[in-house]
Amino acid sequence: MRKVLMTLAAPVGALILTLAISSLALWVFGSNPFAAYGDMVGHAAKLETQVDIWNRATPLYLSAIAASIGFRMNLFNIGVEGQYLIAALVAAQVGGLVSLPQVLHIAVVFLVAMAVGGAWAGLAGLLNVTRGVNVVISTIMLNFIAVSGFMAWWVQAWQADLREGETLSSTNLGTTPIEDSGVLPDITGWVEVFTGDIRENNPVSGMLVVALLVGIGYYVLLNRTTFGFDLRSSGMNPFAARAGGVPPKRMIIMAMILSGAIAGLIGLVEVFEISKFRPNQIQGLGFGGIAVALLGRNSPVGMAFAALLFAFLDISSGILQQTGTASQEIVKIMQGIVLLAAVVAYEVARRFRERDEARETAEALAEGVAK
Amino acid sequence: MNATMQRFNSLPTAVKWMVYALLGMLLLTIVQSIGGTDKLTSAPISREMLRWALPVLLAGLGGLFAERSGVVNIGLEGMMILGMWFGAWGALEFGPWIGMFIGIAGGGLGGLLHAVATVTFGVDQIISGVAINILAPAGTRYLSQEVWGSPTQSPRIQGIGDWDVPFLAGGSIFGWESPDILLTVANWEWWYVSDVADFSRGLLRGTSLLALIAVALVPFCAWLLWRTRFGLRLRIAGEQPHAGESQGVNIYAYKYAAVIISGALAGLGGVVISSPELSGQFLEGNSGGRGFIGLAAVIFGNWRPLGILLGALLYGYVFGLDLKDLDGSASHALLLVNAIALAGVSGWAITRRRIADGVLAGTMAIAALVWWIVSESLPGWWSNILPYVVVLLVLVFFAQRLRVPAAIGQAYRRGDS
Amino acid sequence: MATAIELEGITKRFPGVIANDNVNLTVEKGEIHAICGENGAGKSTLMKILYGMQAADEGTMKVHGELVEFASPIDAIERGIGMVHQHFMLADNLTVLENVILGAEPIMSGGRIDFSSATERLTTVANEYGLNVDVNELVETLEVGQRQRVEIIKVLYRGADILILDEPTAVLVPQEVEALFENMRELKAAGATILFIDHKLDEVLEISDSITVLRRGKTIATMPNEGVTAHDLAELMVGSELPTPETSKSTVTDQVALEIHDLAVLDQDRRPVIENINLKIHKGEIVGIAGVEGNGQGELVDAIIGTAKAAVGTINLLGQDITDASVRHRRESGVGYVPEDRHHEGLLLGSPLWENAALGHQTQAPYGTRWFINRAGARQQTELIREQFDVRTPNIDVSAHALSGGNQQKLIIGRELTANPTLLIAAHPTRGIDVGAQAAVWDQLREARADGLATLLVSADLDELIGLSDVLIVMLRGVFVARLDPADVTPRDLGAYMTGAATQVQGAA
Repeated sequence: MRKVLMTLAAPVGALILTLAISSLALWVFGSNPFAAYGDMVGHAAKLETQVDIWNRATPLYLSAIAASIGFRMNLFNIGVEGQYLIAALVAAQVGGLVSLPQVLHIAVVFLVAMAVGGAWAGLAGLLNVTRGVNVVISTIMLNFIAVSGFMAWWVQAWQADLREGETLSSTNLGTTPIEDSGVLPDITGWVEVFTGDIRENNPVSGMLVVALLVGIGYYVLLNRTTFGFDLRSSGMNPFAARAGGVPPKRMIIMAMILSGAIAGLIGLVEVFEISKFRPNQIQGLGFGGIAVALLGRNSPVGMAFAALLFAFLDISSGILQQTGTASQEIVKIMQGIVLLAAVVAYEVARRFRERDEARETAEALAEGVAK
Repeated sequence: MNATMQRFNSLPTAVKWMVYALLGMLLLTIVQSIGGTDKLTSAPISREMLRWALPVLLAGLGGLFAERSGVVNIGLEGMMILGMWFGAWGALEFGPWIGMFIGIAGGGLGGLLHAVATVTFGVDQIISGVAINILAPAGTRYLSQEVWGSPTQSPRIQGIGDWDVPFLAGGSIFGWESPDILLTVANWEWWYVSDVADFSRGLLRGTSLLALIAVALVPFCAWLLWRTRFGLRLRIAGEQPHAGESQGVNIYAYKYAAVIISGALAGLGGVVISSPELSGQFLEGNSGGRGFIGLAAVIFGNWRPLGILLGALLYGYVFGLDLKDLDGSASHALLLVNAIALAGVSGWAITRRRIADGVLAGTMAIAALVWWIVSESLPGWWSNILPYVVVLLVLVFFAQRLRVPAAIGQAYRRGDS
Repeated sequence: MATAIELEGITKRFPGVIANDNVNLTVEKGEIHAICGENGAGKSTLMKILYGMQAADEGTMKVHGELVEFASPIDAIERGIGMVHQHFMLADNLTVLENVILGAEPIMSGGRIDFSSATERLTTVANEYGLNVDVNELVETLEVGQRQRVEIIKVLYRGADILILDEPTAVLVPQEVEALFENMRELKAAGATILFIDHKLDEVLEISDSITVLRRGKTIATMPNEGVTAHDLAELMVGSELPTPETSKSTVTDQVALEIHDLAVLDQDRRPVIENINLKIHKGEIVGIAGVEGNGQGELVDAIIGTAKAAVGTINLLGQDITDASVRHRRESGVGYVPEDRHHEGLLLGSPLWENAALGHQTQAPYGTRWFINRAGARQQTELIREQFDVRTPNIDVSAHALSGGNQQKLIIGRELTANPTLLIAAHPTRGIDVGAQAAVWDQLREARADGLATLLVSADLDELIGLSDVLIVMLRGVFVARLDPADVTPRDLGAYMTGAATQVQGAA
């Protein structure tokens, strides 16, 4: 019981600190923090908002798992952002070009997304293993290359394709639309069994199921498989892992590829929603996922809660813009502060735990020793 | 041959680099003649090179201080953004000079946050940096919205002013117009000599005071780190903190100082971005990854200020050239420069018996050459990403032979041994 | 005679252990005073308190008769106390000058360091004490003996007249120890007081004027060095007689377990770190490798376990060629490994014990298969190890860092031996652990040998090498230079071969 309380103390402490600081920030500029929070919570009480939150939490959770596979190995895959965007773009385009029976069609979209994401991340891993290039810097550079290069190239091509007189608009630019057979069905029907009617045009993405499966798979992989053991030990002590038989270079590349492959799934949520990839696809999910992974301490359950929290905050910016009780940017600040406060709190908690453990062990031994 | 190389290597560093610079100019001049463009060595280009190098230089110097004390600072980008915002706000409220100091303070604040998290609480340095990179833009968005009514931009701001160097570039001394020697030489239109003159003149005329301050910081930082007590103690924190501790040095204090300075320098880089030197206002997204490129410059520069300056100038040249190149001919010519440079790298690698590197560079050289021959101009997106590609290439080929501070990235706690 | 140092009632507690318990120590001015005790007796902690690196919980300190309290080493340095650490505190990337003046830099206006006066002063001090290096050389180019002299000069540069030497002979061979003792006598003649920690009793008896013995954090006795024998000291240190490894009947078979032919390993610059290595280890045999640290033993170990690549030559395990095999393959084929630095290469400090037991064996039964980890099997095996190897822990779920050094080492030895390896590589297997654990480890190694295990033993403990090995090979500058019979050799002879002072006419077979 004490252990559960101790584990919760850190994130709860971080939340309290966040509320305090953001209340201060709001108050300084003349907003009423409690009115703002009230709006946010009230909005979230509505079913349709909750659907939005789940739909937003889904890609964030996938992104967090992608990032945390890297984190477990001390590989900071900041490149999730670039990986998910180009994976979604390519997968949407390929999906739009083929026409297959439903299961195959959807499978193709998934596989292409995972392959592209995995390859882009694997490139950074390869550079690290063969040339010693720091993964943080290479993934950040690759992000820019992906967004300002690869995506920009496509947007240029689309613009060139515009017919006479058509103007640039986010609605008519994009990849070739995917036929219905290639779109993952939503699970609104299933969810309505529990919640009652959900409004039209507010489907619950089928990717939610995928995300849950990925979460379970992540847990099993990490804790029950030899690969997972190798991964975790490499992260904890690469030298001991190496002496213990873990192949270091192969591990880095495989971890990066796996991380990128999961990242590839992130963008599919929106792709399936609108059946294509548009230039104004939601960006920032990569960095959001990194934050969620850190907040959730790389644990499948922790990251789920963190994803819901961040999704709630993201969606809340909409209602704040509507009611005007506070500037909608405050939610981003809250996300930033809760992240920073949480990582500090986790570190402090870890030190306490270690000290306690050392003392308990020594005491237990002292009792048991006859000498 | 070897004797000449040895004598060359024993020259002072600054002299060596002047020789490299002149050789580089030679390469550019040759390519210009082949490529039929005159843009590669002109004065506007060198001006652009210097302008765009400044934020990377300052971020790089910031990264230098932090890393020399053993702390990795990924948060430079965020600290730069803080400098961008506070510099703009300060300039609007109090005028450009005070604005500069407020911007520096803003960046320093970010540094303080990073220091507290990593040095006092022992949070992983990369994680803390990532958190700051998420918090800083969020914070500035909010502040922008509240203060200026727009989350992404500010009104236009004034700058500190600029200066022409007397004699060489016709600056005035107390009202007397001095001769413009470099302009005269440039007008002779002698191959190579005039190009060098023109290029140099671009650096010395209309140079903003911010640029002068930033470049002056390079020798200052070198002096500070290697010739003073403060610098020695800071460096021991990054090499062997426990040795420093046992000799009575307060390692925590020096790490704090280094990281705060790191943020302050990145903040100054942000001030430069917001100043009329570059944007003339605070505009979200203008940091453009330069905080990270500054970090790459630190590695490129082997953790020495002069090397960082070179890395920054390289970035500034590539980026600035692309901006000024409306018809694409200069970027196209740059492709040939790349091909020749890669061929050079390939040759150098092979003479050092690094065959794999040599083959890789050689293949890339051939690919660049073929592309140059085949194409007329380059697509827009290629020049967008060229700086990032160059960073990667530099890290791929030159990451060996570096003297990394020995205790970098390690969490230090007093009393551990 | 005046007292230089008086410690009274010093007590220091850490979570779960009392490092110093009411310790009293009196050191006369101008004497060489030895402090003895086994690992874990509290010597290092006491010295850290004296030097201001730690604060005592209770007790008082007097230096030259005056009551003092040190908040940090600066205070101790001001009082003339200087500490030469066992693990050198030198920054490789900085010059000798920078390392020495750090913390006491002569400065000019503006915080600038006065390099010329520093260089002058340092060169004078350095030449006086026999360190002839360019003070602008980077420390990384210096060898062990020179580094130690830099450490001593660091202390003298600051005008210390009370020197604390923490296990200074740990990294030296007998001949270098002589040189060090000469230096110490010179310093004493010049008026210095020296406190010197050592657990090698012959050295203690040779050089010291007085001796204090610590055991389990308490002062057991203080005595002048007159008529004291090693036997007496040993009894005081351990409470009973000091165990020494002894060999009995030979268990060497003629079946070759490991055969190395013409092995060479290169460094980054393509120069050989070890070469011409030829070695055979039979089942039931322990081959000991002796050598001053840094002469290639580490690389030899790395080459056999697979973390370093063999540039030339072959390695065969029971006839199977493993020269290019991965570390995992070698382990699965029966190579066990007790690494030199258990924290660096042996353990996952933040993981529970049962995961640490699986490390290195995670793909083999009972810990797991190629694809899945067998938790139940791993836990069961860990309980077995805990029992058989006397690993003191409340349960197998505690994190490895909570265990003491000795118990961590027992766990490592246990996990390697219970996996029934064909070959065991044991690098400094009893480094830094208390005497009781040390004896247990030696027993386990001998028992395994009797069961047919082939062992490669690398160690700096000459008694351990001589006592356990069936054959001794000396390594110097990356090659084997002597092959000796442990029954015929003394630590002195061994030291001579290790430093190249003596050479063997025929090369190592």
